[in-house]
Amino acid sequence: MATIEQVAENEQHPDVALVASAREGNVRAFEELVSKYDRQIFRIAQHITQNREDAQDVVQDAFLKAYEKLDQFQGNSKFYTWLVRIAVNESLMRLRKRRTGKMVSIDDDIETEEGSVPRDLADWSPNPEQNYSQSELAEILRKTIQGLPQGFRVVFVLRDVEGLSTEETAETLGLSIPAVKSRLLRARLQLRERLSRYFRMKKAGEK
Amino acid sequence: MTCSEFLALLDELIDNEVTSETRALLNEHLRGCDHCEVTLSTTRKTIEIYRSHEVYELPNPVRERLHAAIMAKCKHGC
Repeated sequence: MATIEQVAENEQHPDVALVASAREGNVRAFEELVSKYDRQIFRIAQHITQNREDAQDVVQDAFLKAYEKLDQFQGNSKFYTWLVRIAVNESLMRLRKRRTGKMVSIDDDIETEEGSVPRDLADWSPNPEQNYSQSELAEILRKTIQGLPQGFRVVFVLRDVEGLSTEETAETLGLSIPAVKSRLLRARLQLRERLSRYFRMKKAGEK
Repeated sequence: MTCSEFLALLDELIDNEVTSETRALLNEHLRGCDHCEVTLSTTRKTIEIYRSHEVYELPNPVRERLHAAIMAKCKHGC
């Protein structure tokens, strides 16, 4: 879901006023920011931690940390991007705790060469999602994306699902722009390949 | 244009970041290559399907509880 509004450069993003007001102690303004972005932060956290409780904790911790550090927020990046960066770091910290101190970074499992070249080249049925109920489809989408290496998954989620630009994704994850681009391509191709198992056009006689 | 050259520009094509000359070359390749045509259409569909379906939902009661917890702490200066 691309939820970031495209705002003309000379127009002020609505978050700017909310952030300014929250900085002056207006808790309601901050509450508005929470309502606006909590779902996205939850999704991102859940994609990284793969754990519902952890993702909920991340939502809480990320917003509290943002509130605490509001004074340090530089107006040169978007509030949302800044918040996402906090949430990504909080999520990685949670993962680390679960794995009892083992270092965790977004580069884990990145070496895989799978998916660089498309193999399943069968076309999909016209509206493949219609062959499944909403809950079946959600399960397929979850299982499929969970199988991606972390470093690909998080790039795909930020860039394609949450609508960050390539530059914002790079900034948020501390990656170079070429690294984001190469991960995005491989993430998209791997997801496509994996979804193909469910969505490919069935040949006559196939169940 | 070969299939691997096409693939290297797949993202730019999907994200509308190609020049009109490159687009013409890509389209020319597509006209003669079913494999790349399928790769393009199913990759587009992959992105669209993830964008339009909620994979992880935050249920309203949980959302309200989280809000209350966040705002309670904020009001007390975190």
